Amino acid sequence: MTRGWKGGRLAALAVGATLALAACGSNSIDAETQENEKKAQAAGGACEELNMAVNPWVGYEASAYVVGTVAEQELGCTVNYKNLKEDVSWQGFATGEVDVVIEDWGHPDLEKKFFEGSGDGSAMDFGPNGNVGIIGWYVPPWLAEEHPDILEWENLNKYAQDFATSESGGQGQFLGADPSYVQFDEAIVENLDLDFKVVFSGSEAASIEAFEQAEKNKEFLIGYFYEPQWFMSVVPLEKVALPPYKEGCQEPPEDVDCDYPETVLKKIVSTEWAESGDPSVDLVKNFEWTNEDQNTVAKYISQDKMSQEDAAAKWVEENPDKVKAWLP
Amino acid sequence: MTATALRPPGAGARPEDDVAPVQRMRRIPRWALAVAVVVGWVVVWYFTKGTDTLTLGGRENTDTHDTLTSFRDWVLASRDTNPIVQLTTSIAEVFRSSVDWLQRMLSTANLPRPVPEVGWLGVTAVAAWVGLAIAGWRIALLVTASFLSFGILGFWQDSIDLLIVTFLAVLAAVVIGMPLAIWIATSARANSVVSVVLDLMQTMPTFVYLIPVVLFFGIGASGAVVATLIYALPPLVRIAGHGIRSVSPTTIEATDSAGQSRMQRLRKVQLPMARATIIVGLNQTIMAALSMATIASFVDGPGLGQPVLDGLKINDVGRAFVPGLLIVVIAVMLDRTTTAASERAENVARRGGHQHERRRKLLLAGTGLLALVLVYVSRVSLWAAEFPESELGTSLASVADSASTWVTDNLSSYTNPFRNEFTVLVLNGSDDRPGLQSLLAESPWYVTGAAIAVLALVVGGLRALLPTLVCLAGIYFLDLWHDAMITLTMTLVGTVLVMLLALVFGVWMARSRRTDLVVRPLLDAGQTIPPFVYLIPVLALFGPSRFTAIVAGIVYAAPAAIKLVADGVKGVPATTIEASRSTGATRWQEITKVQLPMARSSLVLATNQGLLYVLAMAVIGGLVGAGALGYDVVLGFSRSEEWGKGMAAGASIVLLGVMLDRITRAAAADRSAPREPSRTSRMRWGGI
Amino acid sequence: MTTIPRTGRSTAPQGATAGAEQPPAPGSGDAALSVRNLWKVFGPKADKVVGTPDADLSRQELKSKTGCVIGVRDVSFDVAPGEVFVVMGLSGSGKSTLVRCLTRLIEPTAGTVVLDGEDVTAASEAKLRELRRTHVSMVFQHFGLLPHRQVLDNVAYGLEVRGMSKKERRAKATEILDLVGLDGYETSYPDQLSGGMQQRVGLARALASDPTMLLFDEPFSALDPLIRRDMQNEVIRLHHELGKTMVFITHDLQEALKLGDRILIMRDGEIVQVGTPDQVVGAPADDYVRDFTSDVPRSHVLTLKWVMRDPRPGDSSEGPVMSSDTVVFKAARAALASAHPVRVVDGGELVGIVDDEAILRVVVAEETTEGSKP
Ligand SMILES: Nc1ncnc2c1ncn2[C@@H]1O[C@H](COP(=O)(O)OP(=O)(O)OP(=O)(O)O)[C@@H](O)[C@H]1O
Ligand SMILES: [Mg+2]
Repeated sequence: MTRGWKGGRLAALAVGATLALAACGSNSIDAETQENEKKAQAAGGACEELNMAVNPWVGYEASAYVVGTVAEQELGCTVNYKNLKEDVSWQGFATGEVDVVIEDWGHPDLEKKFFEGSGDGSAMDFGPNGNVGIIGWYVPPWLAEEHPDILEWENLNKYAQDFATSESGGQGQFLGADPSYVQFDEAIVENLDLDFKVVFSGSEAASIEAFEQAEKNKEFLIGYFYEPQWFMSVVPLEKVALPPYKEGCQEPPEDVDCDYPETVLKKIVSTEWAESGDPSVDLVKNFEWTNEDQNTVAKYISQDKMSQEDAAAKWVEENPDKVKAWLP
Repeated sequence: MTATALRPPGAGARPEDDVAPVQRMRRIPRWALAVAVVVGWVVVWYFTKGTDTLTLGGRENTDTHDTLTSFRDWVLASRDTNPIVQLTTSIAEVFRSSVDWLQRMLSTANLPRPVPEVGWLGVTAVAAWVGLAIAGWRIALLVTASFLSFGILGFWQDSIDLLIVTFLAVLAAVVIGMPLAIWIATSARANSVVSVVLDLMQTMPTFVYLIPVVLFFGIGASGAVVATLIYALPPLVRIAGHGIRSVSPTTIEATDSAGQSRMQRLRKVQLPMARATIIVGLNQTIMAALSMATIASFVDGPGLGQPVLDGLKINDVGRAFVPGLLIVVIAVMLDRTTTAASERAENVARRGGHQHERRRKLLLAGTGLLALVLVYVSRVSLWAAEFPESELGTSLASVADSASTWVTDNLSSYTNPFRNEFTVLVLNGSDDRPGLQSLLAESPWYVTGAAIAVLALVVGGLRALLPTLVCLAGIYFLDLWHDAMITLTMTLVGTVLVMLLALVFGVWMARSRRTDLVVRPLLDAGQTIPPFVYLIPVLALFGPSRFTAIVAGIVYAAPAAIKLVADGVKGVPATTIEASRSTGATRWQEITKVQLPMARSSLVLATNQGLLYVLAMAVIGGLVGAGALGYDVVLGFSRSEEWGKGMAAGASIVLLGVMLDRITRAAAADRSAPREPSRTSRMRWGGI
Repeated sequence: MTTIPRTGRSTAPQGATAGAEQPPAPGSGDAALSVRNLWKVFGPKADKVVGTPDADLSRQELKSKTGCVIGVRDVSFDVAPGEVFVVMGLSGSGKSTLVRCLTRLIEPTAGTVVLDGEDVTAASEAKLRELRRTHVSMVFQHFGLLPHRQVLDNVAYGLEVRGMSKKERRAKATEILDLVGLDGYETSYPDQLSGGMQQRVGLARALASDPTMLLFDEPFSALDPLIRRDMQNEVIRLHHELGKTMVFITHDLQEALKLGDRILIMRDGEIVQVGTPDQVVGAPADDYVRDFTSDVPRSHVLTLKWVMRDPRPGDSSEGPVMSSDTVVFKAARAALASAHPVRVVDGGELVGIVDDEAILRVVVAEETTEGSKP
């Protein structure tokens, strides 16, 4: 009984105290609500929601959040960032769940399924985003410095034994990458008669960690890597020269004996959205920036540990001219 | 028929005297035969190694894989007209809008309001009140502390989102699972059919069905809820079904004889009497649902998985650690709450509790009113709506990060050579001395297959042989034989290490209460923390390698095995131990001659679960350079054109799991049946 | 239910009359329970056994041949209204199976059971439920109480499944709890009670639905001897007060003799003998029954009828007069004190003479068997 009574008194006390507290705090929520309402009216509803796929790497995040921030700030859009793998993003075009993939490294199979012509036409190519992907074989900087000749593929066999690990079965180990990337390394090793075995790291995290440890501990490591990549600003890996890429040298896949071509990274968007006439369509269409731009934002995120939103906002603030050029 | 049974009863000498040799004669062949098979295998390996290994390159596919892929493409292409897809999208809509509504109520700004309808203060107050109402004030404190930690560490919204998704998935699991449980409890045939499906749901790697699920149920919350549901459903069905089935037949008979109908029997007798077991099942389902948090984030499922993956993207251990830790906090909170709630309900029932009822009601009404006031406050004042910013999360992250860096920097010079030695000794072998992997994967497929089949026959008899043959044939036809054998190798090695740990720590925990108190929370954490959190430090220590995958498997599987062994050893009756002490046995003798033999069924169960848990981590292995089936699954998940290969790899993992499960069970059933998992050592499966 | 074409070997009437003629059943009118040619075979294809030559095989033979186990083999008997009918036999002899077949808790393989004129074996599921709800109740060895319900609600369970309102059934249950001496324990939970009290709850539950017949399956085996005696007296008292027909299973002969109007002895699923206590003890049908009854203090069971001889002319007419159903033990003192033999008189007519020697034979034989026990 006493406990109950005490509870009651406690509650009464709390009611009094908190109502008082509430009274002084209430304004800010109401005020902000009104402000938001006003903002929504001002935007005039021209811009609908923008569904931006966010594929899981930092460079992509940089592009996606910069475009999203501009869409929010300048066009009043509501941007929904959706953390998705590439496959899933493409699947979402048809259902309206995804409008934009801002950085595509080349998915012939998905293009076949979703582009007009061979597929259901739910997706379309929206042109390059200005970034250029450089894929290739890389070694940690200490190795390039100590053994400069290692940067020529012809010399790799000389060092094969140094690259051997418990995983490579007596041959040199070549660290293959995250399976998301198109890789021909098994064929290249074979066709260039290299005494190496491809061991797949299986994830970007594993590749990065391996290169980081190799640099730190001065270990031999060679593997598949790419730019633009935030990690390059932490450990600037050196690219090994393979026989240069020539048109057609990647066909058929089992005969590849050349370097990877430079990849022009593209924007892929939902056809339906592209035809909707939403102001954000033009923004995405116009969006184009350099590897350096992307690396800057990626560094904010990965090195300076800023949130994606803050990093993008910072860059947008620092680069008003570039942003202006994208606006419809 | 054993020789013992033929003896005339009570004929003279003590039975052990002359039975023992007979039994020994019967037993020796079992392991001796196994050794003989292995020796023969090694000899054959020596002459045939490297031939017919059915090796498939990292990016090579076969027709089987392409057929699977084109089937997927066909489903994808028909999605606009497919009636099933129409149905699933409307179901998905229910999930999506429920999650969305709950989010706007509790976790995200309900525009144009800048904050959710109920702020952190209100949510915490209501949660604490619920804790108080169902489980008492200790739990209310635990809940309050947990909810506050969400905010203090800076992940309020993600934590609440995870709770929302978990809540909906578990709700759906109950709605679907309870009828299934009742069905399998009452029909033996249903039981055998359903349990195969449940096996499949539990062992099929999530990455394999995640994309199809999204195809049917959409991106984001709805896909996340369904993927979580698929993974979380089996424990509830299994355990609840078991509970309902094991309701005392006397009671059923007694109440039947009162003329009850079938429905009355179910509602008034079976369900109430199985309640405690059903709650254990529910608890397991909640834990399984939580372990899907990170995976669901790959398809934009809301919750704490997202920040974990964010941390992984920039190889930032600390950033992944904090949300990972919060997942553990949520898991512990829900685990303790459900357990305490069920115990309390039982106690109240037992003690009558009528005297306290009035006082309790008053207390609940008072605190309920208080909670409502706090809800109101959190609706009108900003400080109570939005959790104040705090640096604690970031500083904890940097502490974790530097701790991890310190450990890896200081240990990697030892760990890497150790990894090399171990790998060469155990896995690789040399030209004239096979390692386990070279034996399994580098022998011709028919040699390995035959050897496995014969070993299954030797240890488990015909009951093991049949499923083994079926599974091996399945793996053969899925065209991933070589990868499957590598995965099998890692699973076996991992399990042996897990059992070593389980024996040492299990016995230690069983014999020392203090050790138990200290170690148990760590085990809980090991089981619930997403592997993505410790991937990077483990990689830093051991590099991308099979050994890393084995370590990840051990981290995940050891807790369950240790708990099972500890509980089993603890379950040995005190009188038996007393009796052994009275004969002057040493501590070592007591452990090896009394406690371990008497805990045998727990050891068997621990081995069985260890195998399956380690196998469940195969996919994580694929992410850390171990290749094999795990890599194939990740590949199928990452590249649309490789989906068929991923699917085949997933199916091969399922077959390996079923094979190992049936062999261990048959081997154990030869002498005694394994126990159902006890209350404290719950079944948990890999979240991958 | 199928009829049984088999004829032959042991049939119930033979077993029942073995040793002595069947005494008239106490009470009168039609049988409360009538069982005819009841079979229960467990195992695969159990229905393929009855009516084939396999049915004549012994239990072991049948088991090794077909994998089937015989629970009850061709049992027939009647129970009169108000009678206490005891079934006994060694463990595994099929008692529990038999009693469960009576209400089809175990589905009989063949034969008929007629209960209060209602053919149980042919009843539909609904009809069967009806019978269980209103006509028969059962008390179990291991109580079978619902641990999650209070005593009161356990007792009211039968009424609850019938659909009686909460108030009504609780009132009725309270009344019954009084009757079995458990007033004050209404709100306790079963595991807060002692074994004896729990079985009282079981008894109350059985009585609550006011059935015409009660079935008991070894209800007191799990209780200690003192409590067992209390409970037996309780059953006797209830039988006096309520006059219900009872089928009572036990493997305790003392209990059987104490409670039973008639006793049915089973072995391997078959009836060996049916009879009144003194018939079973006085004229065991075979060694099995004799063995069974050898520990019984015969003087407490046998009546003068079993020891008297026919009167002869010249018998002394001075001796004490007793009726033929006087228990030997009770007659002993007077008989031995008198110099003349006891004259057994039924309905004013002299039916027999019991001399000291006859009495001593019963009493002394008992002493020696007891003395020779290991
Ligand atoms: N469900 C069943 N399946 C197979 N055989 C059974 C089954 N139930 C009983 N039996 C067999 O039927 C026979 C009779 O069993 P029952 O339980 O009726 O014996 P009982 O006389 O009640 O023994 P007790 O005194 O030990 O209770 C036994 O041999 C038993 O093995
Ligand atoms: Mg019995």
